[in-house]
Amino acid sequence: MIRAMKLAVKKHKESYLLMTPYMLFFLAFTILPVIICIVLGFTYFSMVDAPRFIGWHNYVRMFLDDDVFIIAVKNTLLFAFVTGPIGYLISFLVAWMINDMPRTLRSIATTIFYIPAIAAPSVYPMWFQVFSPDEYGYVNSFLIRLGVIDHPIAWLLDPKYMMGVLILIQLWLSLGISFLAFIAGLQTIDKSLYEAGVMDGIKNRFQELWYITLPSMVPQLVFGAVMQIVASFSVADVSIELAGFPSTDYAAETIVTHLRDYLNIRYELGYTSAISVVLFLMMVFSSRLTTKLLHKVGS
Amino acid sequence: MLAALRKKTGSKARRSYTGNAIVFSFIGVLALLSALPLIYTFINSIKPIDELFQFPPKFTVSRPTFDSYRELYQLASTMWVPLSRYLFNTLFVATAGTLFHALFSSMAAYPLAKHQFPGKNAVFSVIVMGLMFVPAVTFMPLFVIMSETKLLNTYAAMIFPGIGLSLGLFLMKQFIEQLPDAILEAARIDGASEFRTFFAIVLPNAAPAIMTVILFQFTQMWNFTQTDLIFSESLKTLRAALDQIVPKGDPILRAGPGSAASVILMLPPIALFILIQRKVVETMTFAGIK
Repeated sequence: MIRAMKLAVKKHKESYLLMTPYMLFFLAFTILPVIICIVLGFTYFSMVDAPRFIGWHNYVRMFLDDDVFIIAVKNTLLFAFVTGPIGYLISFLVAWMINDMPRTLRSIATTIFYIPAIAAPSVYPMWFQVFSPDEYGYVNSFLIRLGVIDHPIAWLLDPKYMMGVLILIQLWLSLGISFLAFIAGLQTIDKSLYEAGVMDGIKNRFQELWYITLPSMVPQLVFGAVMQIVASFSVADVSIELAGFPSTDYAAETIVTHLRDYLNIRYELGYTSAISVVLFLMMVFSSRLTTKLLHKVGS
Repeated sequence: MLAALRKKTGSKARRSYTGNAIVFSFIGVLALLSALPLIYTFINSIKPIDELFQFPPKFTVSRPTFDSYRELYQLASTMWVPLSRYLFNTLFVATAGTLFHALFSSMAAYPLAKHQFPGKNAVFSVIVMGLMFVPAVTFMPLFVIMSETKLLNTYAAMIFPGIGLSLGLFLMKQFIEQLPDAILEAARIDGASEFRTFFAIVLPNAAPAIMTVILFQFTQMWNFTQTDLIFSESLKTLRAALDQIVPKGDPILRAGPGSAASVILMLPPIALFILIQRKVVETMTFAGIK
Protein backbone atom coordinates (compact mmCIF):
# COMPACT_ATOMS: atom_id res chain seq x y z
CA MET A 1 0.00 0.00 0.00
CA ILE A 2 2.65 2.50 1.06
CA ARG A 3 4.88 1.30 -1.76
CA ALA A 4 2.07 1.80 -4.27
CA MET A 5 1.53 5.32 -2.95
CA LYS A 6 5.23 6.11 -3.20
CA LEU A 7 5.23 4.87 -6.79
CA ALA A 8 2.19 6.97 -7.67
CA VAL A 9 3.76 10.08 -6.16
CA LYS A 10 6.96 9.45 -8.07
CA LYS A 11 5.16 8.88 -11.34
CA HIS A 12 2.93 11.93 -11.03
CA LYS A 13 5.47 14.07 -9.23
CA GLU A 14 4.82 17.16 -11.33
CA SER A 15 1.04 17.02 -10.87
CA TYR A 16 1.37 16.82 -7.12
CA LEU A 17 4.05 19.50 -7.02
CA LEU A 18 1.89 21.94 -8.96
CA MET A 19 -0.91 21.36 -6.50
CA THR A 20 1.19 21.62 -3.35
CA PRO A 21 1.16 25.40 -2.68
CA TYR A 22 -2.59 25.68 -3.07
CA MET A 23 -3.33 22.50 -1.17
CA LEU A 24 -1.25 23.67 1.80
CA PHE A 25 -3.38 26.81 2.15
CA PHE A 26 -6.59 24.95 1.34
CA LEU A 27 -5.92 22.29 3.95
CA ALA A 28 -4.74 24.73 6.62
CA PHE A 29 -7.37 27.43 6.21
CA THR A 30 -10.40 25.73 4.69
CA ILE A 31 -10.36 22.03 5.61
CA LEU A 32 -8.66 22.21 9.01
CA PRO A 33 -11.18 24.82 10.26
CA VAL A 34 -14.05 22.52 9.34
CA ILE A 35 -12.43 19.61 11.17
CA ILE A 36 -11.83 21.82 14.20
CA CYS A 37 -15.47 22.88 14.05
CA ILE A 38 -16.70 19.29 14.05
CA VAL A 39 -14.44 18.37 16.98
CA LEU A 40 -15.15 21.49 19.06
CA GLY A 41 -18.87 21.00 18.44
CA PHE A 42 -18.70 18.20 21.01
CA THR A 43 -17.00 20.32 23.66
CA TYR A 44 -17.51 23.20 26.03
CA PHE A 45 -14.83 25.75 25.12
CA SER A 46 -14.53 29.35 26.26
CA MET A 47 -11.03 30.10 24.92
CA VAL A 48 -9.76 30.49 28.51
CA ASP A 49 -9.74 26.83 29.62
CA ALA A 50 -8.98 23.81 27.49
CA PRO A 51 -12.01 22.39 25.65
CA ARG A 52 -14.02 19.93 27.78
CA PHE A 53 -15.78 17.01 26.04
CA ILE A 54 -19.55 17.11 26.54
CA GLY A 55 -20.84 14.79 23.82
CA TRP A 56 -24.04 15.76 22.02
CA HIS A 57 -24.93 18.35 24.63
CA ASN A 58 -24.47 21.37 22.31
CA TYR A 59 -26.78 19.87 19.72
CA VAL A 60 -29.41 18.91 22.30
CA ARG A 61 -29.25 22.41 23.74
CA MET A 62 -29.53 24.00 20.31
CA PHE A 63 -32.72 22.23 19.32
CA LEU A 64 -34.40 21.86 22.71
CA ASP A 65 -33.27 24.73 24.94
CA ASP A 66 -32.35 27.60 22.67
CA ASP A 67 -35.51 29.45 21.63
CA VAL A 68 -33.52 32.08 19.76
CA PHE A 69 -31.85 29.39 17.66
CA ILE A 70 -35.28 28.20 16.54
CA ILE A 71 -36.12 31.78 15.50
CA ALA A 72 -32.78 31.93 13.69
CA VAL A 73 -33.50 28.71 11.78
CA LYS A 74 -36.96 29.95 10.87
CA ASN A 75 -35.61 33.28 9.60
CA THR A 76 -32.74 31.64 7.72
CA LEU A 77 -35.15 29.27 5.98
CA LEU A 78 -37.40 32.22 5.19
CA PHE A 79 -34.46 34.05 3.63
CA ALA A 80 -33.40 30.89 1.82
CA PHE A 81 -36.84 30.05 0.44
CA VAL A 82 -37.76 33.62 -0.52
CA THR A 83 -34.52 35.29 -1.60
CA GLY A 84 -32.94 32.07 -2.88
CA PRO A 85 -35.43 31.07 -5.58
CA ILE A 86 -36.60 34.63 -6.40
CA GLY A 87 -33.03 35.89 -6.64
CA TYR A 88 -32.14 32.89 -8.75
CA LEU A 89 -35.10 33.45 -11.09
CA ILE A 90 -34.45 37.18 -11.43
CA SER A 91 -30.77 36.47 -12.11
CA PHE A 92 -31.72 34.08 -14.86
CA LEU A 93 -34.47 36.24 -16.34
CA VAL A 94 -32.27 39.32 -16.47
CA ALA A 95 -29.36 37.38 -17.97
CA TRP A 96 -31.69 35.85 -20.55
CA MET A 97 -33.24 39.19 -21.45
CA ILE A 98 -30.01 41.12 -21.84
CA ASN A 99 -28.46 38.29 -23.82
CA ASP A 100 -30.15 39.51 -27.01
CA MET A 101 -28.73 43.00 -26.67
CA PRO A 102 -25.83 44.27 -28.78
CA ARG A 103 -22.45 43.80 -27.13
CA THR A 104 -21.88 47.29 -25.71
CA LEU A 105 -25.39 47.61 -24.33
CA ARG A 106 -25.05 44.16 -22.78
CA SER A 107 -21.79 45.17 -21.09
CA ILE A 108 -23.41 48.25 -19.59
CA ALA A 109 -26.44 46.27 -18.42
CA THR A 110 -24.22 43.56 -16.89
CA THR A 111 -22.32 46.20 -14.94
CA ILE A 112 -25.48 47.92 -13.66
CA PHE A 113 -26.99 44.64 -12.48
CA TYR A 114 -23.82 43.31 -10.91
CA ILE A 115 -22.81 46.48 -9.07
CA PRO A 116 -25.03 45.88 -6.00
CA ALA A 117 -23.16 42.64 -5.35
CA ILE A 118 -19.85 44.51 -5.36
CA ALA A 119 -20.91 47.62 -3.51
CA ALA A 120 -23.40 46.22 -0.97
CA PRO A 121 -21.21 46.58 2.13
CA SER A 122 -20.59 50.24 1.31
CA VAL A 123 -24.23 51.10 0.78
CA TYR A 124 -25.81 49.78 3.98
CA PRO A 125 -25.80 53.24 5.63
CA MET A 126 -27.89 54.51 2.74
CA TRP A 127 -30.64 51.98 3.45
CA PHE A 128 -30.87 53.53 6.90
CA GLN A 129 -31.86 56.84 5.45
CA VAL A 130 -34.38 55.20 3.16
CA PHE A 131 -36.04 53.27 5.99
CA SER A 132 -35.38 55.83 8.73
CA PRO A 133 -37.96 55.55 11.57
CA ASP A 134 -38.95 59.24 11.46
CA GLU A 135 -40.63 61.23 8.71
CA TYR A 136 -37.20 62.11 7.29
CA GLY A 137 -36.99 58.57 5.99
CA TYR A 138 -37.79 58.37 2.28
CA VAL A 139 -40.26 55.51 2.61
CA ASN A 140 -42.10 57.12 5.53
CA SER A 141 -42.20 60.55 3.94
CA PHE A 142 -43.43 59.08 0.68
CA LEU A 143 -46.15 56.96 2.28
CA ILE A 144 -47.33 59.83 4.50
CA ARG A 145 -47.64 62.14 1.49
CA LEU A 146 -49.61 59.46 -0.33
CA GLY A 147 -51.83 59.17 2.72
CA VAL A 148 -51.21 55.43 3.16
CA ILE A 149 -49.98 55.90 6.74
CA ASP A 150 -50.46 58.81 9.14
CA HIS A 151 -47.43 58.33 11.39
CA PRO A 152 -43.90 57.16 10.60
CA ILE A 153 -43.14 53.46 10.95
CA ALA A 154 -39.90 52.14 12.46
CA TRP A 155 -39.25 49.76 9.59
CA LEU A 156 -35.99 48.37 10.91
CA LEU A 157 -36.84 48.34 14.62
CA ASP A 158 -40.38 46.95 14.59
CA PRO A 159 -40.39 43.13 14.57
CA LYS A 160 -43.51 43.23 12.41
CA TYR A 161 -41.77 44.83 9.42
CA MET A 162 -38.13 43.95 9.93
CA MET A 163 -37.94 40.71 8.01
CA GLY A 164 -39.95 42.04 5.09
CA VAL A 165 -37.62 45.00 4.66
CA LEU A 166 -34.49 42.89 5.05
CA ILE A 167 -35.75 40.38 2.48
CA LEU A 168 -36.32 43.23 0.01
CA ILE A 169 -32.78 44.52 0.52
CA GLN A 170 -31.31 41.04 0.29
CA LEU A 171 -33.15 40.59 -3.02
CA TRP A 172 -31.63 43.83 -4.25
CA LEU A 173 -28.15 42.37 -3.90
CA SER A 174 -28.94 38.84 -5.05
CA LEU A 175 -27.74 39.24 -8.63
CA GLY A 176 -24.28 37.98 -7.89
CA ILE A 177 -21.95 35.38 -9.25
CA SER A 178 -24.83 33.19 -10.46
CA PHE A 179 -25.97 36.05 -12.68
CA LEU A 180 -22.52 36.20 -14.30
CA ALA A 181 -22.51 32.44 -14.76
CA PHE A 182 -25.87 32.60 -16.54
CA ILE A 183 -24.77 35.38 -18.89
CA ALA A 184 -21.74 33.34 -19.82
CA GLY A 185 -23.77 30.14 -20.17
CA LEU A 186 -26.20 31.81 -22.54
CA GLN A 187 -23.34 33.05 -24.69
CA THR A 188 -21.96 29.59 -25.33
CA ILE A 189 -25.07 27.87 -26.54
CA ASP A 190 -24.52 26.64 -30.07
CA LYS A 191 -26.35 29.05 -32.40
CA SER A 192 -27.21 26.27 -34.84
CA LEU A 193 -29.42 24.72 -32.16
CA TYR A 194 -31.72 27.72 -32.45
CA GLU A 195 -31.84 27.45 -36.23
CA ALA A 196 -32.72 23.78 -35.92
CA GLY A 197 -35.35 24.76 -33.39
CA VAL A 198 -37.02 27.12 -35.83
CA MET A 199 -37.09 24.30 -38.41
CA ASP A 200 -38.70 22.01 -35.88
CA GLY A 201 -41.51 24.46 -35.33
CA ILE A 202 -40.48 26.45 -32.27
CA LYS A 203 -42.59 29.58 -32.55
CA ASN A 204 -41.67 32.01 -29.82
CA ARG A 205 -38.86 32.82 -27.46
CA PHE A 206 -40.55 31.11 -24.54
CA GLN A 207 -40.67 27.73 -26.27
CA GLU A 208 -37.09 28.32 -27.34
CA LEU A 209 -36.18 28.98 -23.71
CA TRP A 210 -37.73 25.76 -22.41
CA TYR A 211 -36.72 23.36 -25.18
CA ILE A 212 -33.29 24.65 -26.15
CA THR A 213 -31.79 27.25 -23.82
CA LEU A 214 -32.40 25.69 -20.42
CA PRO A 215 -31.30 22.13 -21.25
CA SER A 216 -28.13 23.51 -22.86
CA MET A 217 -26.94 25.26 -19.74
CA VAL A 218 -27.58 22.81 -16.93
CA PRO A 219 -23.98 23.06 -15.60
CA GLN A 220 -24.26 26.84 -15.17
CA LEU A 221 -27.72 26.48 -13.68
CA VAL A 222 -26.36 24.06 -11.10
CA PHE A 223 -23.36 26.25 -10.31
CA GLY A 224 -25.62 29.29 -9.95
CA ALA A 225 -27.98 27.39 -7.69
CA VAL A 226 -25.20 26.22 -5.39
CA MET A 227 -23.82 29.75 -5.07
CA GLN A 228 -27.31 31.17 -4.49
CA ILE A 229 -28.01 28.59 -1.76
CA VAL A 230 -24.73 29.36 -0.03
CA ALA A 231 -25.47 33.08 -0.20
CA SER A 232 -29.02 32.87 1.10
CA PHE A 233 -28.15 30.46 3.93
CA SER A 234 -25.38 32.74 5.14
CA VAL A 235 -27.36 35.98 5.23
CA ALA A 236 -26.16 37.97 8.22
CA ASP A 237 -24.58 41.29 7.28
CA VAL A 238 -27.81 42.83 6.10
CA SER A 239 -29.45 41.94 9.43
CA ILE A 240 -26.54 43.02 11.62
CA GLU A 241 -25.97 46.29 9.78
CA LEU A 242 -29.60 47.35 9.49
CA ALA A 243 -31.73 45.68 12.16
CA GLY A 244 -29.08 45.89 14.87
CA PHE A 245 -27.19 43.20 16.70
CA PRO A 246 -29.16 41.73 18.34
CA SER A 247 -32.30 42.90 16.57
CA THR A 248 -35.46 43.80 18.50
CA ASP A 249 -36.80 40.58 20.10
CA TYR A 250 -34.30 38.71 17.89
CA ALA A 251 -36.90 39.11 15.14
CA ALA A 252 -34.22 39.32 12.43
CA GLU A 253 -31.86 36.71 13.91
CA THR A 254 -30.38 34.31 11.36
CA ILE A 255 -28.18 31.27 11.95
CA VAL A 256 -25.08 33.29 11.13
CA THR A 257 -26.01 36.23 13.39
CA HIS A 258 -26.70 33.69 16.14
CA LEU A 259 -23.31 32.17 15.49
CA ARG A 260 -21.65 35.58 15.70
CA ASP A 261 -23.47 36.28 18.95
CA TYR A 262 -22.00 33.17 20.62
CA LEU A 263 -18.62 33.78 19.00
CA ASN A 264 -17.99 37.50 19.49
CA ILE A 265 -20.10 38.28 22.54
CA ARG A 266 -20.53 35.15 24.64
CA TYR A 267 -17.29 33.36 23.72
CA GLU A 268 -18.97 29.95 23.77
CA LEU A 269 -16.83 28.48 21.04
CA GLY A 270 -18.01 24.89 21.41
CA TYR A 271 -21.60 25.93 20.91
CA THR A 272 -20.57 28.22 18.01
CA SER A 273 -18.89 25.24 16.33
CA ALA A 274 -21.99 23.10 16.68
CA ILE A 275 -24.07 25.85 15.04
CA SER A 276 -21.54 26.04 12.18
CA VAL A 277 -21.78 22.30 11.62
CA VAL A 278 -25.59 22.45 11.44
CA LEU A 279 -25.44 25.35 8.98
CA PHE A 280 -22.93 23.55 6.82
CA LEU A 281 -25.03 20.36 6.74
CA MET A 282 -28.09 22.39 5.74
CA MET A 283 -26.16 23.91 2.84
CA VAL A 284 -24.79 20.59 1.61
CA PHE A 285 -28.18 18.92 1.85
CA SER A 286 -29.97 21.69 -0.10
CA SER A 287 -27.25 21.82 -2.74
CA ARG A 288 -27.49 18.08 -3.32
CA LEU A 289 -31.26 18.29 -3.60
CA THR A 290 -31.17 21.24 -5.99
CA THR A 291 -28.49 19.65 -8.16
CA LYS A 292 -30.66 16.56 -8.56
CA LEU A 293 -33.73 18.64 -9.43
CA LEU A 294 -31.89 20.76 -11.98
CA HIS A 295 -30.59 17.74 -13.83
CA LYS A 296 -34.22 17.05 -14.71
CA VAL A 297 -34.64 20.39 -16.54
CA GLY A 298 -35.93 20.00 -20.08
CA SER A 299 -35.86 16.21 -19.96
CA MET B 1 -32.49 49.94 -31.54
CA LEU B 2 -35.36 47.49 -31.64
CA ALA B 3 -34.80 46.98 -35.34
CA ALA B 4 -31.12 46.33 -34.70
CA LEU B 5 -32.08 43.74 -32.15
CA ARG B 6 -34.30 41.91 -34.60
CA LYS B 7 -31.50 41.77 -37.10
CA LYS B 8 -28.96 40.49 -34.58
CA THR B 9 -31.13 37.62 -33.49
CA GLY B 10 -32.22 36.69 -36.97
CA SER B 11 -31.30 33.06 -36.55
CA LYS B 12 -33.59 32.65 -33.56
CA ALA B 13 -37.32 32.27 -33.29
CA ARG B 14 -39.26 35.39 -34.22
CA ARG B 15 -39.11 38.33 -31.84
CA SER B 16 -42.28 40.38 -31.78
CA TYR B 17 -42.26 44.13 -31.09
CA THR B 18 -44.62 43.58 -28.17
CA GLY B 19 -42.26 40.97 -26.77
CA ASN B 20 -39.33 43.33 -27.09
CA ALA B 21 -41.29 46.14 -25.48
CA ILE B 22 -42.16 43.94 -22.49
CA VAL B 23 -38.57 42.78 -22.14
CA PHE B 24 -37.17 46.29 -22.39
CA SER B 25 -39.53 47.86 -19.88
CA PHE B 26 -38.92 45.01 -17.42
CA ILE B 27 -35.15 45.37 -17.80
CA GLY B 28 -35.39 49.16 -17.57
CA VAL B 29 -37.34 49.11 -14.31
CA LEU B 30 -35.03 46.50 -12.79
CA ALA B 31 -31.92 48.38 -13.87
CA LEU B 32 -33.26 51.52 -12.26
CA LEU B 33 -34.03 49.67 -9.02
CA SER B 34 -30.61 48.13 -9.12
CA ALA B 35 -28.74 51.37 -9.64
CA LEU B 36 -30.91 53.72 -7.58
CA PRO B 37 -29.33 53.11 -4.16
CA LEU B 38 -25.88 53.78 -5.59
CA ILE B 39 -26.95 56.93 -7.40
CA TYR B 40 -28.67 58.02 -4.20
CA THR B 41 -25.54 57.44 -2.13
CA PHE B 42 -23.50 59.44 -4.60
CA ILE B 43 -26.00 62.32 -4.68
CA ASN B 44 -26.10 62.39 -0.88
CA SER B 45 -22.34 62.67 -0.76
CA ILE B 46 -22.42 65.93 -2.75
CA LYS B 47 -25.34 67.52 -0.89
CA PRO B 48 -24.67 70.52 1.34
CA ILE B 49 -25.70 69.98 4.97
CA ASP B 50 -29.03 71.82 4.78
CA GLU B 51 -30.17 69.77 1.79
CA LEU B 52 -29.25 66.53 3.56
CA PHE B 53 -31.81 67.23 6.28
CA GLN B 54 -34.41 68.90 4.14
CA PHE B 55 -38.04 68.04 4.77
CA PRO B 56 -39.66 66.48 2.91
CA PRO B 57 -36.49 64.67 1.73
CA LYS B 58 -35.54 65.30 -1.87
CA PHE B 59 -33.74 62.88 -4.15
CA THR B 60 -31.91 65.47 -6.22
CA VAL B 61 -29.28 68.00 -5.23
CA SER B 62 -29.62 71.67 -6.16
CA ARG B 63 -26.30 73.04 -4.87
CA PRO B 64 -23.69 70.27 -5.21
CA THR B 65 -20.58 70.60 -3.03
CA PHE B 66 -17.61 68.55 -1.94
CA ASP B 67 -18.02 69.60 1.71
CA SER B 68 -18.75 66.06 2.86
CA TYR B 69 -15.51 64.79 1.34
CA ARG B 70 -13.61 67.65 2.96
CA GLU B 71 -15.23 66.91 6.32
CA LEU B 72 -14.42 63.21 5.99
CA TYR B 73 -10.81 64.10 5.25
CA GLN B 74 -10.64 66.36 8.29
CA LEU B 75 -12.20 63.72 10.54
CA ALA B 76 -9.74 61.18 9.21
CA SER B 77 -6.74 63.40 9.83
CA THR B 78 -7.58 63.63 13.54
CA MET B 79 -6.92 59.90 13.94
CA TRP B 80 -3.50 58.96 15.24
CA VAL B 81 -3.04 56.41 12.47
CA PRO B 82 -2.92 58.29 9.17
CA LEU B 83 -5.53 57.43 6.58
CA SER B 84 -2.86 56.50 4.06
CA ARG B 85 -1.78 53.68 6.38
CA TYR B 86 -5.28 52.17 6.31
CA LEU B 87 -5.38 52.53 2.56
CA PHE B 88 -2.02 50.81 2.28
CA ASN B 89 -3.21 47.96 4.55
CA THR B 90 -6.31 47.38 2.47
CA LEU B 91 -4.48 47.51 -0.83
CA PHE B 92 -1.67 45.30 0.44
CA VAL B 93 -3.93 42.66 1.94
CA ALA B 94 -6.33 42.61 -1.03
CA THR B 95 -3.58 42.58 -3.65
CA ALA B 96 -1.36 39.99 -1.99
CA GLY B 97 -4.31 37.71 -1.17
CA THR B 98 -5.68 38.05 -4.69
CA LEU B 99 -2.42 37.44 -6.54
CA PHE B 100 -1.39 34.40 -4.49
CA HIS B 101 -4.88 32.95 -4.70
CA ALA B 102 -4.96 33.44 -8.48
CA LEU B 103 -1.48 31.97 -9.00
CA PHE B 104 -1.73 29.00 -6.62
CA SER B 105 -5.25 28.04 -7.56
CA SER B 106 -4.45 28.06 -11.28
CA MET B 107 -1.31 25.99 -10.65
CA ALA B 108 -3.45 23.43 -8.83
CA ALA B 109 -6.24 23.65 -11.38
CA TYR B 110 -3.99 22.60 -14.26
CA PRO B 111 -3.25 19.02 -13.11
CA LEU B 112 -6.82 18.66 -11.85
CA ALA B 113 -8.08 19.57 -15.30
CA LYS B 114 -5.56 17.88 -17.57
CA HIS B 115 -3.66 15.14 -15.73
CA GLN B 116 -4.69 11.70 -14.57
CA PHE B 117 -3.39 10.74 -11.14
CA PRO B 118 -4.59 8.84 -8.08
CA GLY B 119 -6.76 10.87 -5.72
CA LYS B 120 -7.75 13.43 -8.34
CA ASN B 121 -11.52 12.96 -8.09
CA ALA B 122 -11.47 12.88 -4.30
CA VAL B 123 -9.50 16.11 -4.16
CA PHE B 124 -11.84 17.83 -6.58
CA SER B 125 -15.00 16.81 -4.76
CA VAL B 126 -13.60 18.11 -1.49
CA ILE B 127 -12.85 21.40 -3.24
CA VAL B 128 -16.39 21.62 -4.60
CA MET B 129 -17.68 21.03 -1.07
CA GLY B 130 -15.32 23.79 0.02
CA LEU B 131 -17.53 26.22 -1.91
CA MET B 132 -19.89 25.80 1.02
CA PHE B 133 -17.36 26.54 3.74
CA VAL B 134 -18.28 30.20 3.88
CA PRO B 135 -16.27 32.57 6.10
CA ALA B 136 -19.09 32.56 8.65
CA VAL B 137 -18.54 28.83 9.22
CA THR B 138 -14.75 28.86 9.25
CA PHE B 139 -14.18 32.09 11.11
CA MET B 140 -14.10 30.76 14.67
CA PRO B 141 -11.67 27.90 13.98
CA LEU B 142 -9.54 30.31 11.95
CA PHE B 143 -9.22 32.40 15.07
CA VAL B 144 -8.05 29.31 16.98
CA ILE B 145 -5.57 28.39 14.22
CA MET B 146 -4.19 31.92 14.02
CA SER B 147 -3.76 32.19 17.76
CA GLU B 148 -2.06 28.75 17.97
CA THR B 149 0.35 29.64 15.15
CA LYS B 150 1.00 33.12 16.59
CA LEU B 151 -0.27 34.67 13.36
CA LEU B 152 -2.97 36.63 15.16
CA ASN B 153 -2.55 40.35 14.61
CA THR B 154 -0.38 40.04 11.48
CA TYR B 155 -1.09 40.69 7.83
CA ALA B 156 -0.86 36.94 7.31
CA ALA B 157 -4.03 36.43 9.36
CA MET B 158 -5.96 38.38 6.75
CA ILE B 159 -4.13 37.13 3.64
CA PHE B 160 -3.65 33.38 4.20
CA PRO B 161 -7.30 32.31 4.53
CA GLY B 162 -8.09 34.08 1.26
CA ILE B 163 -5.45 32.11 -0.63
CA GLY B 164 -7.04 28.78 0.27
CA LEU B 165 -10.58 29.50 -0.93
CA SER B 166 -12.35 27.13 -3.33
CA LEU B 167 -14.02 29.39 -5.85
CA GLY B 168 -10.89 30.39 -7.76
CA LEU B 169 -9.64 26.86 -8.17
CA PHE B 170 -13.08 25.71 -9.24
CA LEU B 171 -13.40 28.37 -11.95
CA MET B 172 -9.84 27.82 -13.17
CA LYS B 173 -10.31 24.05 -13.42
CA GLN B 174 -13.50 24.38 -15.46
CA PHE B 175 -11.77 26.79 -17.80
CA ILE B 176 -8.49 24.94 -18.27
CA GLU B 177 -10.45 21.77 -19.06
CA GLN B 178 -11.74 23.51 -22.20
CA LEU B 179 -8.26 24.32 -23.53
CA PRO B 180 -7.46 22.01 -26.45
CA ASP B 181 -5.10 19.15 -25.58
CA ALA B 182 -3.24 19.70 -28.83
CA ILE B 183 -1.42 22.82 -27.66
CA LEU B 184 -0.33 21.02 -24.48
CA GLU B 185 0.88 18.03 -26.50
CA ALA B 186 2.89 20.33 -28.73
CA ALA B 187 4.68 21.80 -25.73
CA ARG B 188 5.40 18.34 -24.30
CA ILE B 189 6.83 17.10 -27.59
CA ASP B 190 9.16 20.08 -27.53
CA GLY B 191 10.40 18.71 -24.23
CA ALA B 192 8.86 21.29 -21.89
CA SER B 193 8.35 20.25 -18.28
CA GLU B 194 4.85 20.45 -16.85
CA PHE B 195 5.84 23.63 -15.00
CA ARG B 196 7.10 25.16 -18.20
CA THR B 197 3.92 24.07 -20.02
CA PHE B 198 1.85 25.64 -17.29
CA PHE B 199 3.61 28.99 -17.26
CA ALA B 200 4.21 29.30 -21.03
CA ILE B 201 1.02 27.77 -22.45
CA VAL B 202 -1.75 27.32 -19.89
CA LEU B 203 -1.39 30.57 -17.98
CA PRO B 204 -1.41 32.94 -20.99
CA ASN B 205 -4.34 31.08 -22.53
CA ALA B 206 -6.32 31.18 -19.31
CA ALA B 207 -6.00 34.96 -18.97
CA PRO B 208 -9.75 35.69 -18.97
CA ALA B 209 -10.35 33.07 -16.27
CA ILE B 210 -7.61 34.55 -14.15
CA MET B 211 -9.19 37.98 -14.57
CA THR B 212 -12.45 36.62 -13.21
CA VAL B 213 -10.74 35.05 -10.24
CA ILE B 214 -8.87 38.28 -9.57
CA LEU B 215 -12.08 40.27 -9.71
CA PHE B 216 -14.01 38.06 -7.27
CA GLN B 217 -11.15 37.70 -4.90
CA PHE B 218 -10.27 41.38 -4.90
CA THR B 219 -13.87 42.42 -4.26
CA GLN B 220 -14.14 39.95 -1.43
CA MET B 221 -10.90 40.96 0.20
CA TRP B 222 -11.54 44.67 -0.31
CA ASN B 223 -14.87 44.28 1.48
CA PHE B 224 -13.31 42.21 4.26
CA THR B 225 -14.86 43.36 7.53
CA GLN B 226 -14.00 40.62 10.02
CA THR B 227 -11.21 42.41 11.78
CA ASP B 228 -11.34 40.24 14.90
CA LEU B 229 -8.09 38.66 13.75
CA ILE B 230 -6.41 42.06 13.98
CA PHE B 231 -6.15 44.11 17.15
CA SER B 232 -3.43 46.57 16.29
CA GLU B 233 -4.94 49.79 14.97
CA SER B 234 -2.13 50.31 12.49
CA LEU B 235 -2.91 46.99 10.74
CA LYS B 236 -6.61 47.63 10.24
CA THR B 237 -8.23 48.13 6.86
CA LEU B 238 -9.77 51.23 5.37
CA ARG B 239 -13.29 49.90 5.89
CA ALA B 240 -12.65 49.24 9.57
CA ALA B 241 -11.20 52.74 9.96
CA LEU B 242 -14.08 54.47 8.18
CA ASP B 243 -16.56 52.47 10.28
CA GLN B 244 -15.00 54.08 13.34
CA ILE B 245 -15.23 57.62 11.96
CA VAL B 246 -18.75 57.20 10.66
CA PRO B 247 -20.61 55.09 13.23
CA LYS B 248 -23.09 52.61 11.83
CA GLY B 249 -26.73 52.59 12.74
CA ASP B 250 -27.21 56.34 12.95
CA PRO B 251 -28.82 57.98 9.93
CA ILE B 252 -28.33 61.53 11.21
CA LEU B 253 -24.87 61.72 12.75
CA ARG B 254 -22.27 62.44 10.07
CA ALA B 255 -24.63 61.53 7.24
CA GLY B 256 -22.62 63.56 4.74
CA PRO B 257 -19.16 62.12 5.46
CA GLY B 258 -20.84 58.71 5.73
CA SER B 259 -22.05 58.91 2.14
CA ALA B 260 -18.65 60.17 1.05
CA ALA B 261 -17.00 57.19 2.76
CA SER B 262 -19.44 54.81 1.05
CA VAL B 263 -18.62 56.27 -2.35
CA ILE B 264 -14.87 56.02 -1.72
CA LEU B 265 -15.16 52.42 -0.53
CA MET B 266 -17.22 51.19 -3.45
CA LEU B 267 -15.32 52.88 -6.24
CA PRO B 268 -12.19 50.67 -6.54
CA PRO B 269 -13.99 47.31 -6.94
CA ILE B 270 -16.51 48.84 -9.36
CA ALA B 271 -13.71 50.36 -11.44
CA LEU B 272 -11.96 47.00 -11.53
CA PHE B 273 -15.17 45.27 -12.60
CA ILE B 274 -15.79 47.68 -15.46
CA LEU B 275 -12.18 47.30 -16.62
CA ILE B 276 -12.26 43.53 -16.89
CA GLN B 277 -15.94 42.86 -17.41
CA ARG B 278 -15.58 41.49 -20.92
CA LYS B 279 -12.93 38.99 -19.95
CA VAL B 280 -15.03 37.90 -17.02
CA VAL B 281 -17.99 36.99 -19.15
CA GLU B 282 -15.78 34.91 -21.42
CA THR B 283 -14.67 32.83 -18.46
CA MET B 284 -17.94 32.25 -16.75
CA THR B 285 -18.90 30.42 -19.89
CA PHE B 286 -17.01 27.41 -18.66
CA ALA B 287 -18.07 27.48 -15.05
CA GLY B 288 -20.68 25.01 -14.03
CA ILE B 289 -21.09 21.78 -12.14
CA LYS B 290 -21.99 18.98 -14.49
